[in-house]
Amino acid sequence: MTNSIKDVCEDSQVILLVGSNPEEAHPVMGMRLRQAVERGAKLIVVDPREIGLAKKADIHLKLRPGTNVAFANGMVNVLIQKGLVDREFVESRTEGFDELAAMVADYTPERVAEICGIDARDLEAAAEMYATADRAPIVYCLGVVEHSTGTEGVMALSNLALAAGKLGRPGCGINPLRGQNNVQGACDMGAGPADFTGYQKVANPEMRAKFEAAWGVELNQAAGLKATECFPAMIDGRIRGLFLFGEDPVRTDPDTGHVIRALESLDFFVCEELFMTETAKYADVILPGRSYAEKEGTFTNTERRVQRVRKAVDGPAGARLDTEVFADIMRRMGYDQPTLTGAQLMDEVASLTPSYAGISHARLDSAAVAGQGLQWPCTGPDHPGTRIMHEGAFSRGLGGYSLAQYRPSAEQPDEEFPLIMMTGRVLAQYNAQAMTGRTEGLNQIDGTSFIEINDADAAAAGIADGDRVRVSSRRGVIESQARVSGKTNPGEVWMPFHFQDGNANWLTNAALDNISATPEYKVCAVRVEKA
Amino acid sequence: MLNITIDGRALEAREGQTVLEAAREAGIHIPTLCYLAERSAIGSCRVCVVDVEGQDAPVPACTTRVVDGMQVQTATERVLKYRRMAVDLLISNHGLDSTDYCFSCVKNGACELQAVAREVGVSHPTFPVAQMRKPVLDSNPFLRFDPNLCIACQRCVGACNNAAGNHVLQTGKRGVRTTIRAPFGPNWDATICESCGNCAQACPTGALVEKRRGLYREWDTHTVRTTCPHCGVGCQLDLVVKGDQIVDVQAADGPSNDGLLCVKGRSGSFDFVNSPDRITTPLVKNPETGEFEPADWDTALDLVARKFAELKEEHGGESIAAFACSRSTNEDIYLFQKMARCAFDSPNVDNCARV
Repeated sequence: MTNSIKDVCEDSQVILLVGSNPEEAHPVMGMRLRQAVERGAKLIVVDPREIGLAKKADIHLKLRPGTNVAFANGMVNVLIQKGLVDREFVESRTEGFDELAAMVADYTPERVAEICGIDARDLEAAAEMYATADRAPIVYCLGVVEHSTGTEGVMALSNLALAAGKLGRPGCGINPLRGQNNVQGACDMGAGPADFTGYQKVANPEMRAKFEAAWGVELNQAAGLKATECFPAMIDGRIRGLFLFGEDPVRTDPDTGHVIRALESLDFFVCEELFMTETAKYADVILPGRSYAEKEGTFTNTERRVQRVRKAVDGPAGARLDTEVFADIMRRMGYDQPTLTGAQLMDEVASLTPSYAGISHARLDSAAVAGQGLQWPCTGPDHPGTRIMHEGAFSRGLGGYSLAQYRPSAEQPDEEFPLIMMTGRVLAQYNAQAMTGRTEGLNQIDGTSFIEINDADAAAAGIADGDRVRVSSRRGVIESQARVSGKTNPGEVWMPFHFQDGNANWLTNAALDNISATPEYKVCAVRVEKA
Repeated sequence: MLNITIDGRALEAREGQTVLEAAREAGIHIPTLCYLAERSAIGSCRVCVVDVEGQDAPVPACTTRVVDGMQVQTATERVLKYRRMAVDLLISNHGLDSTDYCFSCVKNGACELQAVAREVGVSHPTFPVAQMRKPVLDSNPFLRFDPNLCIACQRCVGACNNAAGNHVLQTGKRGVRTTIRAPFGPNWDATICESCGNCAQACPTGALVEKRRGLYREWDTHTVRTTCPHCGVGCQLDLVVKGDQIVDVQAADGPSNDGLLCVKGRSGSFDFVNSPDRITTPLVKNPETGEFEPADWDTALDLVARKFAELKEEHGGESIAAFACSRSTNEDIYLFQKMARCAFDSPNVDNCARV
């Protein structure tokens, strides 16, 4: 998030919520957005489903899945046509606006309405509501990014915020709601092929030299593969060994059949896990790890806030701290890594990472921080952290625009697979249920697979609410239970991916975003029949 | 700034502040029961009454705004008597009979009504105690409402409506007949209740509780402040620990969660930690049988180190991939990617951000 949860929820006049269902996926954020609406903030929901917050919205653009780029380009088009561009911001803080204006000229409300399946007047009203508010954040989530055009979708929203001058101020900004508790931190910590800690680029020779000196090794020069690119590489033999730390791709990655083939192709596969997951079953070695309640450390939340994780219990005998295990393996492979405490490891991160330089466990535990955590960039021990990013200047200087055109999703419905399927989360469960599935009450609230289907499609297929149905795509067939309603539009269905008794990921498409390599979980073509 | 005095102490207060807020800011204690900061201030329990110079009767501190020159007394004989009467009336209508005078109540010892009664000097009800046996609503998997113990303070209503913004808990009737309409009966799953439990955390008595509250006593536990392990909001919570087990979770007032939690954070953050199916020994798959067999750490780690060293030797570090866990800590992840880059010589390090 460029901004903070507090200012997005408390200082905003209009909230533009795109591809995000926070009442279920980020529930406390959902509660705070409901509070925002009740204090008088206007809400625009851009989502293909009738999510709970759509009922509280001033405008709901129930657009066709996979058309976010067209929507955002259309918003910029309306801003230009109606004279709602923040000229002063555009001129003083950005470059290349004329090229953007030329690119979006084709995205008239009428054309965008046609692509997105919405009413042109709603698009114009949304653009006007967003642009005329002084303080209006864009909040988005996986409904924007989990597409083969996901990165372009994010950049198109960035165009909109720049054109409207809504960056670098309280109650504004571009605010992704990150999925997992520490996915922000995982990216910050250098667990990506292109970045060391704090997004210091592996491809930059200076950065490479810095880390080689600090770590006392010569690093591999080859360009690394992203996780989603690794699975095909396992099948064709380029990747032969995998160390998987606490993930369950057999349940959570697209096209389950493909994932299993990839894991079976490996020469050697190690899982560090708490439980015997579906994925761990394919491992050669399973190492028992420690849960968050058994260790000292930090998580970095969606607003870049580094907060403490503290040890509450020892946990079961026999398991070992993950950091001890990694250090042990490193030593056995000839790298002299001492076993360090969580606090010592964070000190090492801070010493190598300008944006984390002012962060330590001692400071996070101090009376001065008072349990508020620290938001990066936090560049020194006296730096207070950064509540709002891009005040005054962007990291590249002037803000740039993306000129990405709308492209249709990789897989389109056809005669054989006539429905678009989206996937997502429900309130009571989290991802592969490794944690939430072990609380009986949560399973009682939502514990089995279902598929939401529109009344009209259900009637045409002779399906009644509650019927068992067979759902198939080019990649697989599963059974589930129909929930018939108007929540999705005709021609569209929606499934959670939590439940192993009918897991949507047997069906999803591993088409990857052209930049981030994120899979297109939100659009694949399926057929639904009575089982 | 407004100049006021509380118990003779000269204080500055801000326009719009209540007497209670001004007193708390100055460290002056006024007992409260139905008041819940930023959630609910309905002035119904009358425990926080104070005397204000020029007013005929005591006024509730939680709803009375300060005015310039106001002179407040928090403990006059009249106020103390008034408070005792208020608490006396509350406990005589609190279902004492249904819990054998607190003995069987799950909140015994952690009950705010008990604490306030002790503070104001009410050790037993002087009015006849109602013999109530209203049906308990406990069909929700996590939450239970016992109307016999409800003192109609409406803090749960404030938590659900003003904080969680869900508007599912409501009051029925008015005045002394006020009841709480809690959605935890047989049709609990047909309501929009999110089972977040913010109502239970707000309840001062044993009326609205998480069912697991009965499994521990306050004084057997300690709490550990940590960060929720589920989504990216980063809610702050207190794990309630009894011996070597986590038995409950309370919301803490963190910057992103403002004292709130959802059903996953409150009820899904600890059962898995204690789960009997945790893996507790390294497992190595027997290539002959395909079955996992327990191994000691030394054997397992030697195997892991040897196999990755062989792959590195024969096919280069680029033949190895390492995926970190977005659910684990920064410290774990930092060392994991360092292991991949430095020991495996692998450039293929990633996490589950993309999936």
